[in-house]
Amino acid sequence: MTRNARLPSHVRVGKRRAAAEIRRDAEFAAFTAGAAGRLLHAATLLAGDPEGADRLLTATLAHVYANWFRMRAEDPYERARSELVRRFAYRPWWQRPRGGTLDRLGRQERLIVVMRFFEGIAEEQTAAQLGLPDERVRTLCAHATATLRSRNGDRQPPAARSVPERRPSAVAP
Amino acid sequence: MSRLPNRRDDEVRRLLDTPHPVVPVDLAVRAMTRGRRIVRRRRVVRLVVTALVLAALAAAIVLAVLYWPDDDPATTTPNGNWWSALG
Repeated sequence: MTRNARLPSHVRVGKRRAAAEIRRDAEFAAFTAGAAGRLLHAATLLAGDPEGADRLLTATLAHVYANWFRMRAEDPYERARSELVRRFAYRPWWQRPRGGTLDRLGRQERLIVVMRFFEGIAEEQTAAQLGLPDERVRTLCAHATATLRSRNGDRQPPAARSVPERRPSAVAP
Repeated sequence: MSRLPNRRDDEVRRLLDTPHPVVPVDLAVRAMTRGRRIVRRRRVVRLVVTALVLAALAAAIVLAVLYWPDDDPATTTPNGNWWSALG
């Protein structure tokens, strides 16, 4: 069974191919049941809106399904993740990501933030996968972190300032 | 290069650390359907390319057999000059 699965798919014919297809369906269903939540979270962070994330993830999973027997000893999750990243990185320019938690960040910054902080991929691997120099990744990462923190900081100072102002005014009269 | 964990990165991590969104029920089924279509398309393309290559090979063999120049022995004696057209 394992040997059949390792053959390229055009070698498998008839009964063997049918058996392999059944096995692929079962394995893919198990994989999706386990990993779809996390992958959808990553896709939502990248694409911004749920519809875009759904489209991105469906295309990614279809590709993983089609290439299921081409994976030798790889982790299907890693395969799906790199395919998701690749698809998002090479999206046409008019499909700009908008909204979501990472609003205000550009496409590359979103990619880097998701890969570095959500998926926990090392800086060098991120750079290699995106085809960027390490320094560029570091710079973009620092910029994205600053943007995200400044947006959080914009919300906090008014609250922090208003609290000390209220207290004296409440106490004075 | 290993970098020490810092507070700013942890803040961003906390920002991203929300519960996973609810996966649509038919997501896996849709992906499977699309994946099957990809597999079928690949199979058809492979079949067509193989058929074309085989047809081209057969045509090349037939044409080579039909149009192979026959090497009859020369009927006239060469006149010994390399520049002559009769040669």
